[in-house]
Amino acid sequence: MSDSHPLHEMDSLEKRERRLDEIRRQAEQHGQLHVVSKRPEGAPFPQASPETGYYGIPLLKQPPWTWEIPLYFFVGGAAGAAAVIGAIADYTGADRELVRHARWIAAAGSILSPPLLISDLGRPERFLAMLRVFKPQSAMSMGVWTLMGFSTGAAATAFAQFVSDRYGPSLPVRVLEQAGQAASLAFGLPFSNYTGVLIGATAIPVWNRSAGDLPLHFAASGLGAAVGILELMGHNKSRALQALAIGAALFETWEGIRIEGRSLEEFEPLKHGASGNIIRAGGVLSGPIPTLLRAASLFTNERRSSKLRRLAAMSSIAGSLITRIAWIHAGHVSAQNWKLPLRDDRDEPQLDSDPPLPIR
Amino acid sequence: MSVTAFLTDSTLCIGCKACEVACKEWNGVAEDGFDWSGFSYDNTGAVGASTWRHVKFVEQAPVPGLGGNAGEQVSWTFSSDVCKHCENAGCLEACPTGSIVRTEFGGVFIQPDVCNGCGYCVSSCPFGVVERNAKDGRAFKCTFCYDRQKVGLKPACAKACPTESIKFGEIDDLRAKAQQRVDELHERGMDDAQLYDPTDSSVGGTHAMFIVRGDVRTYNLPPKPEVPTVYLKKAWRSSAIAAGLLLGGTLLAFLADGRDRS
Repeated sequence: MSDSHPLHEMDSLEKRERRLDEIRRQAEQHGQLHVVSKRPEGAPFPQASPETGYYGIPLLKQPPWTWEIPLYFFVGGAAGAAAVIGAIADYTGADRELVRHARWIAAAGSILSPPLLISDLGRPERFLAMLRVFKPQSAMSMGVWTLMGFSTGAAATAFAQFVSDRYGPSLPVRVLEQAGQAASLAFGLPFSNYTGVLIGATAIPVWNRSAGDLPLHFAASGLGAAVGILELMGHNKSRALQALAIGAALFETWEGIRIEGRSLEEFEPLKHGASGNIIRAGGVLSGPIPTLLRAASLFTNERRSSKLRRLAAMSSIAGSLITRIAWIHAGHVSAQNWKLPLRDDRDEPQLDSDPPLPIR
Repeated sequence: MSVTAFLTDSTLCIGCKACEVACKEWNGVAEDGFDWSGFSYDNTGAVGASTWRHVKFVEQAPVPGLGGNAGEQVSWTFSSDVCKHCENAGCLEACPTGSIVRTEFGGVFIQPDVCNGCGYCVSSCPFGVVERNAKDGRAFKCTFCYDRQKVGLKPACAKACPTESIKFGEIDDLRAKAQQRVDELHERGMDDAQLYDPTDSSVGGTHAMFIVRGDVRTYNLPPKPEVPTVYLKKAWRSSAIAAGLLLGGTLLAFLADGRDRS
């Protein structure tokens, strides 16, 4: 066999076919077991059954993504929302410094996002393979194109800003700035929340059951983070930002209540175990804590108010990052639940209530 | 050139693993390590990046006649698992590079020279088949022996199966044969024999059908597999609402703030 190793490239097709015949012959002669499975007496032994599946081995594979992905979700969410804030602030004639800072945040996100996404690929050098196709039915494909559009727009806007700050305004620079800003607004809107679609449309039960909530949840989380970063950059007197942050924190509070109130088995990883604790930590930091701090800041003197808003901002930023980590972690836990994909009726709340089919 | 399929008849499987060996040898797939899972004679527990055919060893509570054993012994059946090559394939829909394609034989094929290892197909497979190879970085699964089918040969596993538990052929023929075989098993008193071919689910049927005895869940076959694209509409709707709220909310906040100031 060593001379004619079947894997050898130079082997002829006939040789390789003969090898398959040989495997078949060997299997015929030696492949049959002549012992009926014997078990040590009294030992507990695993069994396959409709209730335990195939020895409880998970059917689904865990997502292969590493730490870059939750970080990318966080950065993308904040950058997308910052671009929207920057563009609207510019259009409504708000404080120039706020517009400038929002653009910097969007640009920083647009520079950080691609490396994060690319370094998570199994073959990063083949990133461009994603740009060969445009596939509406693939959330990943749509996301990559959104990222491309957003990054180009946000980077162009920031570049134009930089040039006009340094060398004074000029027509071409203004055109670039406005075109870039329009693009970063148009792409920033989906970019801040598409990651919810990305994980929502998968086979992972906890994610796909939340498909209708995740984009809203992630958008609120991204908005909270973007406003938080702007406030930490010194814009903690803007009433528009305060209003947006209160809106985001209230939404996150409501989202947290919804998560806690659900009883489907698919949502277990959001409530129990390590993943449940991380979800809860992220939720409390993004929802109730900034809501309370901001409410308090409305009824106090200016100095104390700024301080409270800075605290709320830090809480929201941390909460946003932790929320993304938590959802990815919950997906891993969910994939390991072998019961869920074997459910007979997916709309039934509990697997346990399914009557086991008779085995004969 | 016709649309083809596998029919894996676990009532004929003897658990020899010739299909696993033939698959590895033909496709040059690395070994998995000679480990035992601890569950009967199972090695790897599931199909994966380096296990494109996987023989399940199903030990159940004693059921007289199941697996051909005597009443007091554990019932023992075997079934060779493989990529289902879904009609609506989650991996194919999810692939952002177009690496995963439908072949002229109806199979789902990952073009290894295009795959960039994004891993989205892994989370999108309702059967947990596709896996990223940690060393190589790309996703791998059964190729349906596309290279062999191209030159008119049957897949290596089907060729090496000594009991013809793995049948390969034109899909409509195989469906008819499968029904015939199930009827025959029923006539012989094996009332629990059934065909696994989820045509009524959102995956719309598969190019790998299975004849099993008893409950399909015992074989880790999902009774109602779902292609994840069914969630897209709901998710994009939520995304659109989120975008609208973000735009409207921001506009309102800044307009109100500006008006107060002036």
